[in-house]
Amino acid sequence: MPSSRTEIAGIEMQNPTILASGILGQTGESILRVFKEGGAGCAVTKSIGIEPRDGHGNPCALELDNSLINAMGLPNPGIDAFGDEIKIALKSGKPVIGSIFASTPEDFATLAGKMEDFGAHAVELNLSCPHAEKYGLEVGTDPGRVGDILAAVKSKVKIPVFSKISAMVPDIRGLAKTIEASGGDGIVAINTLKAMKIEPEIGKPVLRNVYGGLSGPAIKPVGVMCVFEISREVKIPVIGVGGITTGADAIEYFMAGASAIQIGSGVHYRGIDVFKKVNAEIIKFMEAHGYDDLSQLIGMARGV
Amino acid sequence: MHIAAVKKIIDECENTKTILFDWNIEAKPGQFVMVWLPDVDEVPMSLSHLSGTKGITVEKVGEATAAIHKLKPGDKIGIRGPFGNGFSKAGSSGDSRSSNKILAIGGGTGIAPLAPTVEKWAAEGCEITCAIGGNTKSKLLFSERLKNTGSSVHVATDDGSDGHNGFVTEVAEKLLSEQKFDRIITCGPEPMTVIMVQLASRFEVPIQCSLERYMKCGFGICGSCSIGGFRVCKDGPVFDGRLLSSLAEF
Ligand SMILES: Cc1cc2nc3c(=O)[nH]c(=O)nc-3n(C[C@H](O)[C@H](O)[C@H](O)COP(=O)(O)OP(=O)(O)OC[C@H]3O[C@@H](n4cnc5c(N)ncnc54)[C@H](O)[C@@H]3O)c2cc1C
Ligand SMILES: Cc1cc2nc3c(=O)[nH]c(=O)nc-3n(C[C@H](O)[C@H](O)[C@H](O)COP(=O)(O)O)c2cc1C
Ligand code: FES
Repeated sequence: MPSSRTEIAGIEMQNPTILASGILGQTGESILRVFKEGGAGCAVTKSIGIEPRDGHGNPCALELDNSLINAMGLPNPGIDAFGDEIKIALKSGKPVIGSIFASTPEDFATLAGKMEDFGAHAVELNLSCPHAEKYGLEVGTDPGRVGDILAAVKSKVKIPVFSKISAMVPDIRGLAKTIEASGGDGIVAINTLKAMKIEPEIGKPVLRNVYGGLSGPAIKPVGVMCVFEISREVKIPVIGVGGITTGADAIEYFMAGASAIQIGSGVHYRGIDVFKKVNAEIIKFMEAHGYDDLSQLIGMARGV
Repeated sequence: MHIAAVKKIIDECENTKTILFDWNIEAKPGQFVMVWLPDVDEVPMSLSHLSGTKGITVEKVGEATAAIHKLKPGDKIGIRGPFGNGFSKAGSSGDSRSSNKILAIGGGTGIAPLAPTVEKWAAEGCEITCAIGGNTKSKLLFSERLKNTGSSVHVATDDGSDGHNGFVTEVAEKLLSEQKFDRIITCGPEPMTVIMVQLASRFEVPIQCSLERYMKCGFGICGSCSIGGFRVCKDGPVFDGRLLSSLAEF
């Protein structure tokens, strides 16, 4: 049988499906369930900040045609309360990546240090959430600022540092090059796309925060394009995310240059075991097309 | 999101109103909706009426529920859902016996999702005994509605103004020691549910409990409502008592 094992920055994964940040990743128990019942090869936690945060008020999530829109607003218990959750998640024996958000290089470094102490296998810097003032995309657009953050985090921790970036930046290739040049160990693309929903019968935006982030099948072509552009520019591994619900979606990302993929909204579309299903479909595709190893697919479409 | 115009408002009991609206969608007893009040909030509410005309029954406890109490016929509200699993006559995993003799235990607004469940199952031929509780007589919800299903209805009030003077769980304990039930269903304040799970285990009767947790997305992706890795909005709100007893957070 073909193998879908993969490796990113030294992290070995039995299969290339990863739980994306912010989906069920607020507690260790739910991450355990995503491993046991869901079959994920690796999981990213909810993005965690220095202080506890309630997030935006309701409504904060909606189902639209072919997509979801959310404005959770980074609710989280704060880093000091999160060590126990990581410990529970690590009982799975699978790699766990700690996602963090902050607005200064110092705070990013502090958070990364604590994630490393908790036992996380890597950290993922949230440089891309489109609906939280002072965080996410607001710090992740300017390559200079991203470079400073990476420098601070890299000098603090030994575990790999992944940067999760947005499609909504003026120069994604330039940003990717800066990340590589600043010692980044990998790039995760993409986060949700800034979006909103107005209810015609009411005449008002539905989300309490007005703006939210679009995810799900509708954003897949944007994600595939970003992974394609980034992986042509840099040698560090790229993790593809955005709209993956099937093995065929994942294959597109691998062919664009991703070494692994993350699934978020797919949990809604196909259930917690979406990871198992997608991995089985990846293997079936490889079998049908005569591939033995995932590496044969990675970047295949890039040679244009 | 479905936008509904309020069709009718019913004063049910002290501080509690039912809001009826038209919404042609299939919903199971025990499911809930997210109710959007533009400019105010969006809150989870059980469906208390399940036919073509749907309804929610709401106790005023804070800002959002006060806004619901101010609604007038014709006002528009947004409804997402129906969400969650609902009560099941067939039982949950590992428990396949279908039940005819049912004990329904409700407290406060927890009676809201129980009433349509009792109506439906009674019409399908189940023999149902209800025990409902509240602080005082004027706060007891749906006692007439439950009696109209032909079920026997027992009442408990904290101040003794109606029925048993004390907790509804004391009535439940007595009923369980006198009669043999195939299944218990319950919804109400969590301390009540905790006692019911203990009673069910002592009398060896399967129990389904509807829980409440603070909710955001309502459809199972954000994880805000999780208890021991299970999502109250998606894996629940109705849980098997044995699962709940195994969770540290319950
Ligand atoms: C699945 C589900 C079904 C529900 N069904 C009903 C129902 O049929 N009828 C009914 O009257 N109420 C029901 N509730 C509770 C209802 O959602 C809350 O009373 C409501 O959100 C309070 O909003 P508020 O702004 O008026 O009060 P707030 O000012 O927000 O809070 C007032 C009090 O209510 C509690 N509360 C606030 N939000 C919630 C919440 N989401 N869940 C539980 N407690 C909360 C607070 O802890 C506080 O004690 C249900 C809750 C859930 C999760
Ligand atoms: C409810 C929800 C919460 C999210 N929270 C976070 C978060 O805390 N940090 C983050 O980096 N991305 C967050 N995301 C973005 C996802 O990780 C992912 O990048 C995006 O949803 C696109 O993938 P998908 O189409 O598979 O969902 C969130 C997405 C959703 C739907
Ligand atoms: S409210 Fe989001 S998972 Fe339940």
